[in-house]
Amino acid sequence: MKTTVSIVGGSGYGGGELLRLLLAHPRMEVKQATSRSHVGEYVYQVHPNLRKRTSLRFSDPSQLEPVDVLFLAQPHGQAQQHIEEYAQLAPKIIDLSADFRLRDAAFYEKWYGAKHAAPQWLGKFVYGLPELHRAELAAAKYVSGVGCNATAGNLALLPLVKAQLLDLSASILIEIKVGSSEAGAEGNAGSLHAERANVIRTFSAFGHRHTAEVIQEMGVTEVSLTMTAVDLVRGALATAHAKVKPGVTTKDLWKAYRAAANENPFVRVVKEQRGIYRAPDPKILAGSNYADLGFELDESNGHVVSICAIDNLMKGAAGSAVQCLNLMMGWEETLGLEFMGLHPI
Amino acid sequence: MSTISCPECAAEITLAAGTEVGEIIVCPDCGVDLEIVALEPAAAQLAPMEQEDWGE
Repeated sequence: MKTTVSIVGGSGYGGGELLRLLLAHPRMEVKQATSRSHVGEYVYQVHPNLRKRTSLRFSDPSQLEPVDVLFLAQPHGQAQQHIEEYAQLAPKIIDLSADFRLRDAAFYEKWYGAKHAAPQWLGKFVYGLPELHRAELAAAKYVSGVGCNATAGNLALLPLVKAQLLDLSASILIEIKVGSSEAGAEGNAGSLHAERANVIRTFSAFGHRHTAEVIQEMGVTEVSLTMTAVDLVRGALATAHAKVKPGVTTKDLWKAYRAAANENPFVRVVKEQRGIYRAPDPKILAGSNYADLGFELDESNGHVVSICAIDNLMKGAAGSAVQCLNLMMGWEETLGLEFMGLHPI
Repeated sequence: MSTISCPECAAEITLAAGTEVGEIIVCPDCGVDLEIVALEPAAAQLAPMEQEDWGE
């Protein structure tokens, strides 16, 4: 008997990616996908890649029925308004939005500029990045999503932080290049083809909201994220600049990054001296749940550059969410996430 | 089964049966060429590699 799941907010890019994964998941049965603006339409009329894979139609959110697992994929700010209702419908909830990522209400207000509508729920959610919270996720009822840029930044820093190699008296700067799907399916003037095509556009020099997730999850305070839109649909590439402690060598970094790859099924080290793809590149990760990590160290001054490439809709959103689901259910962590990407693409 | 540690990235590499001194092998982790310089005990050193900047 399969585990039942519904998606609240199924017409966005995150919801569509969840549907793609869950419809193919061997242990899940998708019962409903809601969309206020597409009620009654077939799911594949919004997500064309799903044609012939489902005859599901979008439901009105008011018609949600009880299920085993509820995914929330609404715009930020919605889940916190209705979390009590959703909790009546499902014993397990995974929310892809930013509403329950931060543990502290004051911290949320600082970064999101508004009071949280359900602060008593913040402590009930586990931050949904398995590479950081695998054991907690296995026992969790409520799991947050992850910011795609935050995920690229957090995973770029993870080996360095976990092995305690960083000199934390120095600032950490993370430059992140992002594809257009990060902006969601609704669009705005800046997402017109004429404005978005061919860009290399820095749209947030510092102060991006995902910075809060890096501060919270990495335990660092002196960190800045600079966001630059590039001409990709899917993909995020984080390039982190930091200082290592005196005496740290390239071999120490190899040990730390290799450990991260060994401990996490979707983390790979890409630091090659052969072939074309010698450093992480989101180009070959489209549709896959991998996070590719690379690094370079200037041993003369301790300057380390750590790189992480992901598909923002996968490791940075729906892929990590399904990975969390697998952990919550006690299933193989990689179940339904085995797609290895395409080359050439 | 003999193993060596890659001098570049410290990966532990198991040598295939029949590996000979002078043979060039590739590190599976970092991709450098390694020349086997001894077998008992096994040892390797970095071998020269063509540098490539892909025109950039």
